[in-house]
Amino acid sequence: MSPADRFQSIANSPVGGRITRTLGLPTPPILERHEPGKPVVSGPVLLGGAHGGRLTEPAREVLRSIGAHILDSPAAASGGEDPDLSAIVFDASGIDGVERLKALYEFFHPVVRALRRSGRVVVLTTPPAEADSPDEAIAQRAIEGFVRSVGKEVGSRGSTAQTLQVARGGEPGLESTLRFLLSARSAYVSGQVIRVEATEAADVVVPEDWDAPLAGRVVAVTGASRGIGESIATVLARDGAEVLCVDIPAAGEALSAVANRIGGSSLQLDVTDSQAPARLADHVAERHGRLDGLVHNAGITRDKTLGRMSEDQWDAVLDVNLASQTRLNRELFERELIGAGGRLVSVSSVSGIAGNRGQSNYATSKAGIIGMVGALAPMLRERGATINAVAPGFIETAMTAAMPLAVREGGRRTNSLVQGGQPVDVAETIGWLASPASTAVNGNVVRVCGQALIGA
Amino acid sequence: MNASTRRPAAILGGNRIPFARQNGAYAEASNQDMLTAALDGLVSRFGLRDATLGEVAAGAVLKKSRDFNMTRESVLGSALAADTPAYDVQQACGTGLETTIHVANKVALGQIECGVAGGVDTTSDAPIEVNEDLRRLLLDLNKAKSVPERMRLLTRLRPGQIVPLIPRNEEPRTGLSMGEHQAISTKRWGIGREEQDEHTVRSHQRLAAAYDRGFLDDLMTPFLGLERDQNLRPDSTMEKLAKLRPVFGEGPDATMTAANSTPLTDGASTVLVASEEWAEERSLPVLAHLVDAETGAVDFVHGGDDLLGAPLYAVPRLLARNGLELGDFDFYEIHEAFASQVLMTLKAWEDPAFCSEQLGLEAPFGSIDLDRLNVNGSSLATGHPFAATGGRIVATLAKLLAERGSGRGLISICAAGGQGVTAILERPA
Repeated sequence: MSPADRFQSIANSPVGGRITRTLGLPTPPILERHEPGKPVVSGPVLLGGAHGGRLTEPAREVLRSIGAHILDSPAAASGGEDPDLSAIVFDASGIDGVERLKALYEFFHPVVRALRRSGRVVVLTTPPAEADSPDEAIAQRAIEGFVRSVGKEVGSRGSTAQTLQVARGGEPGLESTLRFLLSARSAYVSGQVIRVEATEAADVVVPEDWDAPLAGRVVAVTGASRGIGESIATVLARDGAEVLCVDIPAAGEALSAVANRIGGSSLQLDVTDSQAPARLADHVAERHGRLDGLVHNAGITRDKTLGRMSEDQWDAVLDVNLASQTRLNRELFERELIGAGGRLVSVSSVSGIAGNRGQSNYATSKAGIIGMVGALAPMLRERGATINAVAPGFIETAMTAAMPLAVREGGRRTNSLVQGGQPVDVAETIGWLASPASTAVNGNVVRVCGQALIGA
Repeated sequence: MNASTRRPAAILGGNRIPFARQNGAYAEASNQDMLTAALDGLVSRFGLRDATLGEVAAGAVLKKSRDFNMTRESVLGSALAADTPAYDVQQACGTGLETTIHVANKVALGQIECGVAGGVDTTSDAPIEVNEDLRRLLLDLNKAKSVPERMRLLTRLRPGQIVPLIPRNEEPRTGLSMGEHQAISTKRWGIGREEQDEHTVRSHQRLAAAYDRGFLDDLMTPFLGLERDQNLRPDSTMEKLAKLRPVFGEGPDATMTAANSTPLTDGASTVLVASEEWAEERSLPVLAHLVDAETGAVDFVHGGDDLLGAPLYAVPRLLARNGLELGDFDFYEIHEAFASQVLMTLKAWEDPAFCSEQLGLEAPFGSIDLDRLNVNGSSLATGHPFAATGGRIVATLAKLLAERGSGRGLISICAAGGQGVTAILERPA
């Protein structure tokens, strides 16, 4: 567990809560998080759709697969006294014109308040670019604004809302993403637009055990000795992966402890070293034969406003956070060590989306990762592999704990969930993207930011 | 031995913690702490958590009496499976190589599939014993059956008995320290100050270069915040060393300084040894094989031999048995207890009189190309936690051979008590 959010503890205590409410302060909700063996959803799921939608039945199949109690009518949901819905799933793909957007209001208006704490709203749409008419494209795009607003309304209760764009032909690849978004694994992901691509049913890997979707897979994680990297390694190992933990030699003591704790192995490697690509590739070839996944997490900050930034500060950040990733990728591709089914996941940042004062170097590197995802996604698709990025917002780590109070509080509270995320929230998101079942998720940049205001 | 009953014993790699100077970074660490850390680093490097190994053999030269089962205790505290057996070996500075030989022999004979050899020493957290008078008295007190008897015994208590017994780097049979012994040898072999200092500077420079090219990245795991050997002086120069006063030997010909002698050091090392089959099952590349070894001793008490001269005899025997000559090696690792010990060894093997009279050879044993000797530095630069040196050298040489692709290397380690442990590592083409 990362540094504590004391305000959250106080606001959630009986006495403290009364005080904070009197003062009109928000109460940061306690978010439910995944535990092995826990069902994807514990309560009923309301499933609905606009007339003519193509995604209701595929969604129903997934809900059946997770053993959810499915409710088909809003009346059944709003009938009770207590808010009891674990999730509301709405197929909006049938909304083919602007005037039909009202279906959103009609469906959600009576039931949205029946959503329990840490509940989930998922709205399924068609990517506007695939719309059959301009009218349909406008309507499908408009839905994003609706869902983001719902996210902001339900966030104070720890609930989230996402838009899930399913390409035509993407129906068979829906399960891993819908499971993730409905589960506690996506605790700190909200207001996102996630795209599922067209895929052949035969290409979709269905894990034997959804609690160990990474069983038998070898995944390397850079920067694995502490913080978010340590959490990523831990979650991937929990999900069954054989994890190769990589970090700089100077971090070797902590790295070794992480590898032994999760039952993985360690490799002391400075990713910026000119020999690093060859060393990693040799190690992978000799010890594992291949990599099923590579998580580029190693990153540094050297914050200074541009006029005061030294050349070294610029160079170091760009090299560690971006250039080293492209070099490692190139070597691993050339030597065919990441093959069909391979999963590349890179850690970007909300700073890379929004920019940040004093972080021109860091934001450049993190925006470059978004560029890398876009540039490599088509090539990887041809190889049957994927590349995606996560963009963390304010995550509670030793780094954020060292921030000045005002800056830290500002970062923590300016999002729909009124709190910072935990490293495990980033890790769970990467676990979903690294899963063999996520064949149809390629080229996405998913923010793990509690729907932060900045860069939204 | 019948070759058909033996199989190759493979060195798969090693792990050590950086060596710290006495009362430096590991001042508060015990032998068990350091050995456990070195083991855990090895476990993570090779993905061996919860693995049951054939055995772990390690030891320490300076050991507390309560550490009677030090290696086993370290295994129990490590990430290895608790049903991995372990035992301690103690052969002075030869310990780390001797344990490697033990484990390799068991692998070669098929008695075990894999094992870890190693060693550890602390000069900071050294065992201190009560002095002999007090120890006797305490034992008698323990035996006493009545209160009056105990009271009577307590009257024997004297202030002088409080003075503890601190371990000394001293040969019990001569009363001379190892440095004092080597000062005699240095003078006898005519080893000058300048050549000792040159050798020392080279050791530091070569170790610094090895760090710079990342050679130690997969041989070492930081411990207690220490990332590199604390004794390393990358900027060491002849001029700086020339300023140091001699610490061993007497008079104007004293040449041995604190720089060209190894300092007191703390640290631990481990080596992973296995059968080829075990290595292949786990997809662990083989770096080299331990081909043969020879441990010898000399009579330095009455026979006039050099205290640290045992390898001078052991290596020629080892090579003769394997049909090899001194020039048949790509790398030589001669433990730098003192720069003069290394230089004395080279000189002896080039000396016709020594080779003929002492080794019974018709011609000098041979010369060693300095470009192949201790190419990544040795104990003068890394420091020398006695029992940990063997493991450091074995892992270093095995990796050098793996980098080269094929070749042969010689290890020679001198030890207290007039002993020497030597071995041949080989990587087939």
